Amino acid sequence: MSGKVMTPDAIVGRLESGMTLGIGGWGSRRKPMALVRALLRSDVTDLTVVAYGGPDVGLLAAAGRIRRLVTAFVTLDSIPLEPHFRAARERGAFELVELDEAMFMQGLTAGAQRLPFLPIRAGLGSDVLRVNPSLRTVTSPYADGEELVAVPALRMDAALVHLNRADALGNGQYLGPDPYFDDLFCEAADTAYMTCERIVDTAELTRDAAPQTLLVSRHAVTGVAETPRGAHFTSCVPDYGRDEAFQKEYATAARTPGTWGDFSARFLSGTGEEDYHLAVEAWHKEQR
Amino acid sequence: MTATTAPSTVSRAEYCVVACAEAWRGDGEVLASPMGTVPSIAARLARLTFAPDLLLTDGEALLTGDVPAVGARSAVTEGWLPYRRHLTMVMGGRRHVMMGASQIDRFGNQNISCVGDWRRPTRQLLGVRGAPVNTLNNPVSYWIPRHSPRVFVERVDMICGVGYDSAAAAGPSATRFHELRRVVSDLGVFDFATPDHAMRVVSLHPGVTPDELHEATGFPLQVPLATPRTRTPSPHELHLIRAVVDPSGLREREVRTR
Repeated sequence: MSGKVMTPDAIVGRLESGMTLGIGGWGSRRKPMALVRALLRSDVTDLTVVAYGGPDVGLLAAAGRIRRLVTAFVTLDSIPLEPHFRAARERGAFELVELDEAMFMQGLTAGAQRLPFLPIRAGLGSDVLRVNPSLRTVTSPYADGEELVAVPALRMDAALVHLNRADALGNGQYLGPDPYFDDLFCEAADTAYMTCERIVDTAELTRDAAPQTLLVSRHAVTGVAETPRGAHFTSCVPDYGRDEAFQKEYATAARTPGTWGDFSARFLSGTGEEDYHLAVEAWHKEQR
Repeated sequence: MTATTAPSTVSRAEYCVVACAEAWRGDGEVLASPMGTVPSIAARLARLTFAPDLLLTDGEALLTGDVPAVGARSAVTEGWLPYRRHLTMVMGGRRHVMMGASQIDRFGNQNISCVGDWRRPTRQLLGVRGAPVNTLNNPVSYWIPRHSPRVFVERVDMICGVGYDSAAAAGPSATRFHELRRVVSDLGVFDFATPDHAMRVVSLHPGVTPDELHEATGFPLQVPLATPRTRTPSPHELHLIRAVVDPSGLREREVRTR
């Protein structure tokens, strides 16, 4: 049963223009960047992207692949403002559905549980309701009679996530401190594709780790690919931390079209993930 | 205005640390969630002194059992608080967050999302993040490292953190757990304990004049004659700030000399 093992390019081959894509991770943490880079090599576009945004959103926005973005923020964490997201918003490049972080979580949960919505207090009194005029409130049927926001389910055509380990069946394991919402992304999507640092035998997953590190279960995974350093330049602890120097290079390059063109030519124009890592390695050697 | 003059050796940043720490006084066993350097120093100071029951995180997913210096690694973990549990904790109310603000108005509406028209902003910022869920569910304070009319505005461009007037207009579900505790800037301390919940001056930091405050604030803010000065950190607090919590002096980088 190794039918789920794929390459990043084969995974992107399953994606189509116009799809709603969920991207796991959080900010500049454990983002499925190898899949984002494979997306950039494809002609898939016109996407609705659902994410707690980081450079995944930035790269796709810079390449003009996003028609609509559903998010609560886009950040590089150690660099608070994502430069491509910022520029794209300021030129009105895509439609934005701006939700609060907890509203987003409720939306994912509703999507995973096949509910039309879940209620939440958050959003009331804020401009999230003003800028999302389609959001509705719901009145508690119980004695309290409270009026709450009904967060619509976030359902996706496909989810993309990156984990530390996985087996060939699609069981995914996180070894860092935070699972983020990767399990919910997979469960709220019709198909889910998972990359990982290393594909191992199922028995090896819990040889040195507790069973609760098994975050994503194979019933919710369509395909799995081994992409070492596949979250680069975002963090993937404990395998590696964020490549702060390279992230800074990315953010600096993103400031002008000229420098961004140079950056893209050098790092993003190769024919595969390997070219990217060779280019990054060469860049690091130059910095020494 | 009291005539008390502060020891010249205490920096403005150190007054800010103590003023921020005071936000958590009496909170008991809740999570102190500081955003920014001075609030991070302040929450640690509060836990080491008058608010020993506070919970603190390492800035990621762990609750720390020790109180390391800002930027230093914690050696003791007392709990696990990944984002999903953190957001649930927010909604449970056992938390007091001190957020930043790109804009804040007299009723405490806060903006961190964007400047200008939301549909096509002149300056895109972070996004709403968790400001809506924070303000409707757990006590919220704000830290503004540079008090200016661009931050203290008549009206914010996008309401992320909900102010008193907006909560009241939204109804009882919005006001039920809504509570803005205090705003600390590099000029003073402010709260909303007025009949209409408009911002008022609690104290000015030593050396700050009412004129300086008026010039730096984009809406009318009265400074009553009896306005006190922000309290001076005790020698013990100064020792903790300087030698234990922030030995590398990060606080001085966040609060610039005016």
